Amino acid sequence: MATHRRIDVSKLGDVTIVRFLDKKILDEAGILELGAELFGLVEQDNRKSLLLNFVGVEFLSSAALGKLITLDRKVKSNKGRMKMSNIRPEILEVFQITKLNKIFDIRKDEAEAISAFA
Amino acid sequence: MPHQKHPADPSAQPSESADAAEWRRSIELPSERGASRLIMEQLLEQLGVHGWSPSDIFAIHLAAEEAIVNAIVHGNKLDPSKVVQVACVVSPTLARIEVTDQGSGFDPASVPDCRLEDRLEAPNGRGVMLMRTFMTRIEYSPRGNRVLMEKQRSPAEG
Repeated sequence: MATHRRIDVSKLGDVTIVRFLDKKILDEAGILELGAELFGLVEQDNRKSLLLNFVGVEFLSSAALGKLITLDRKVKSNKGRMKMSNIRPEILEVFQITKLNKIFDIRKDEAEAISAFA
Repeated sequence: MPHQKHPADPSAQPSESADAAEWRRSIELPSERGASRLIMEQLLEQLGVHGWSPSDIFAIHLAAEEAIVNAIVHGNKLDPSKVVQVACVVSPTLARIEVTDQGSGFDPASVPDCRLEDRLEAPNGRGVMLMRTFMTRIEYSPRGNRVLMEKQRSPAEG
């Protein structure tokens, strides 16, 4: 299994839970690395149920949004499902402004997201 | 004995009251990825010092970051011979950030609306719109290589 520097990956049943290690996701080199690690979960590890838990994430830039959109597409084309949880209000507003809340399945917390996979 | 101004006489030294209420900083950034951090830390600190709320600070941080990254990557195209000028003013009621690059400019109206159904899943093109939404005023120079952004302090919540 690949080593990860930007994310912490755990499993609960069939669901792969991803937490972000950076409080601020804005450094471009970091975002490239983050993208590669996230895509690897789908493309190499073939994970079908992904939960991105944003606890602790205070900031993300539009470049990071781009990676999340690409990840969502990869998950869907791999016939998997992706959900997000624990998003702080300011970041939720970013998702709402850009209407990404229409394509992402956003849940309040990890428990709610996990049960939504059932 | 020659007349000497009393040190407490306000006319003896330039008034600092206006300066103390306003922080100004201009800096030249290299056209390198990550260069925004050379100004961002101070900008965020000053917004805090001037009593801005965490959600306003988030908004200004996002807009400034997007503007600087655009200037470095799309404006100067990471050309090491070019620089990005950033001028900031922070007061308790207004934050102003001006970002100028040495590129050929762009037409902000040409950036497609990322909220359109067929653009929703495109990975790029959200920075400019987030800047517009989060700031009170945003203005581009005619050539499009300079952006001036202002945010008025949001009224206190509650």
